[in-house]
Amino acid sequence: MRPLDALRTAWQGATSNKLRSLLTVLGVLIGVSAVIILLAVGTGSSRAVQNRINQLGTNTVTVLSRGRFGRGPATTGTQSQNASLTLQSVQAISDPNQAPDVASVSPVVSTSETATYGAASYSTSVIGTTPAYLPAEDYTVAAGSPITSSDVTNRRRVALVGQTVISNLFATGQNPLGQTIRLGSSSFEIVGVLAEKGTSGVTNQDAVVIAPYTAVQDELTGESASFNELLVQAKSTKGLNSAAAEVESILAAENDTTVANLPFSVINQGTLISTAQSTSSTFTTLLGAVAAISLLVGGIGVMNIMLVTVTERTREIGILKAVGAPRSAVLTQFLLEAVLLSLIGGGAGVIVGVIGTHFKIEGVTPVIAGYSIPLAFGIAIAVGVFFGFYPANRAASLRPIDALRYE
Amino acid sequence: MSIRAVPDGSDHAVIELRRVVKTYVMGDVEVHALRGVSIRVERGDFVAIMGASGSGKSTLMNILGCLDVPTRGLFFLDGVDVRTLDEAALSKIRNRKIGFVFQSYNLVPRRTARQNVELPLLFAGLKPAERRARADAALAAVGLGDRAGHMPNEMSGGQQQRVALARAIVLSPALVLADEPTGNLDTATSNEIMLLFSRLNAGGRTIIVITHEPDIAAFAKRTIRLRDGLIVEDRRSVPVEAPPPHPDGTSTLVATGLTVS
Repeated sequence: MRPLDALRTAWQGATSNKLRSLLTVLGVLIGVSAVIILLAVGTGSSRAVQNRINQLGTNTVTVLSRGRFGRGPATTGTQSQNASLTLQSVQAISDPNQAPDVASVSPVVSTSETATYGAASYSTSVIGTTPAYLPAEDYTVAAGSPITSSDVTNRRRVALVGQTVISNLFATGQNPLGQTIRLGSSSFEIVGVLAEKGTSGVTNQDAVVIAPYTAVQDELTGESASFNELLVQAKSTKGLNSAAAEVESILAAENDTTVANLPFSVINQGTLISTAQSTSSTFTTLLGAVAAISLLVGGIGVMNIMLVTVTERTREIGILKAVGAPRSAVLTQFLLEAVLLSLIGGGAGVIVGVIGTHFKIEGVTPVIAGYSIPLAFGIAIAVGVFFGFYPANRAASLRPIDALRYE
Repeated sequence: MSIRAVPDGSDHAVIELRRVVKTYVMGDVEVHALRGVSIRVERGDFVAIMGASGSGKSTLMNILGCLDVPTRGLFFLDGVDVRTLDEAALSKIRNRKIGFVFQSYNLVPRRTARQNVELPLLFAGLKPAERRARADAALAAVGLGDRAGHMPNEMSGGQQQRVALARAIVLSPALVLADEPTGNLDTATSNEIMLLFSRLNAGGRTIIVITHEPDIAAFAKRTIRLRDGLIVEDRRSVPVEAPPPHPDGTSTLVATGLTVS
């Protein structure tokens, strides 16, 4: 039998009962489009998570003093109870001999204050730090100028203000630069406006006031030798892990303890990224598995219909065999029929899937995973071959006399 | 081994059965459908195989049609020992050497008359244009040249049987095998169909008709009667070379001139 004739015969068979074939195709369609859409949702949400982490600042290592959060492993007697992040530690970490992979280190004192300007007030977080903090945290100054080292040394009460704070304190169109706002009971002069950064998780990164840490300590938190946090920027993403290790060993030496018993939390942004990535890849796999099950169900639908078709056309198979159809021709015809059904279902499923990924689903913008289309389509055809083979083989194995006698 | 059509005039018979035995096992019971049947059918013969139901004539038909194999005995179809053939070769034999006509027509629904006639050509691997030409020629030969595009359910029983006959002869098989071809037809239509067989036989085709009706058997040149799996009568009314007889006593050569539309 010529291939084109086999295809035409299979097509005639597949279209002989249109409603039934349509329903079978629908089963495969749903399976394939589910695979594409769900994998796109998985990919989209993992992209979103990654973007948020990138907003936190890449290649940074954050050292948190545990006292602030009161967590960490149970403290033992050997551990220093009043360990703190000091200026000494900052200087040690900024020493390129001790920490060659560190680009900069910014001490952070943070607090929450009510900012007031005229009659308007807004509760904001206040970060006292050094100029290096801005690039490390991905903050840019939209207007005005950033804080400088001399601001820090001279304990100047100057501030950089985030967009949310601006919009809550100032009328639209009013230039906040040069204005003086009150943080708590102290006045700070606005020298710069931060560019909008968006939210990171639940944190509004624009609801912030950044000032020299010296001024914040003077006016708000009180003079103290310790910081809440050290923000360490590595020279490169590659050097992130070694930078983290250097920071840990310096801090351990400073506090007379070992790295394992370090009284601080050292959070490596790289670890955070890889954790988030593995979480979202698990999520994507799960979604894919659910979709694959629906594809499998679609495949069983194909098999079911083909079994019905073979039974229904037993007599026809007998006639074909009597006029000289070899086993292979019957097998090919029914297998092709099953593959045609899944092929059409797969093709339509790809179209529906691609259309479906243009909609936001649960706040996630789906991103079509490049591999998902050939994967879903390929699986659909494989399903057609796999689930079509048994019915086709059954048809091909029928003995012509039995098939002709079948009523 | 070639199973291509052997040129006419070769010395071997179309059918050569030697002491063929067919035994079915149904549960614990052995059914002896054929108990040693020997038949030789020459090229150009027109044979009627008669017998009551249970006489073994359907079994014989299945064996002759290569739909079933003998339990014992030898069967040569056009000089080929059928027992040595595998399934694929048997399909080829059915395709090239045998044309089937069944009592219930057995046309494939949802296929036009032409498409039904094209079926054997499809499996022979012919190109579409050639298939169409051959199918149309076969349909014209049975007087249905104008019905090629009709579906089986749009045709009368007699017309359907003629389509089946066209399908049987489209590949010029060595043997046309008809199982009760008039069983579902009225007398007038039966006669038309049998005259068509006579005409094909007059054109040189070898025909075996299985029937239980003497009226139908009267069209044949030779009648073989089966009972309980054995041949009880083998009577020749007309020599192989002679034109087929006509039940009215007239020669079919006259009848062949008749238009069957």
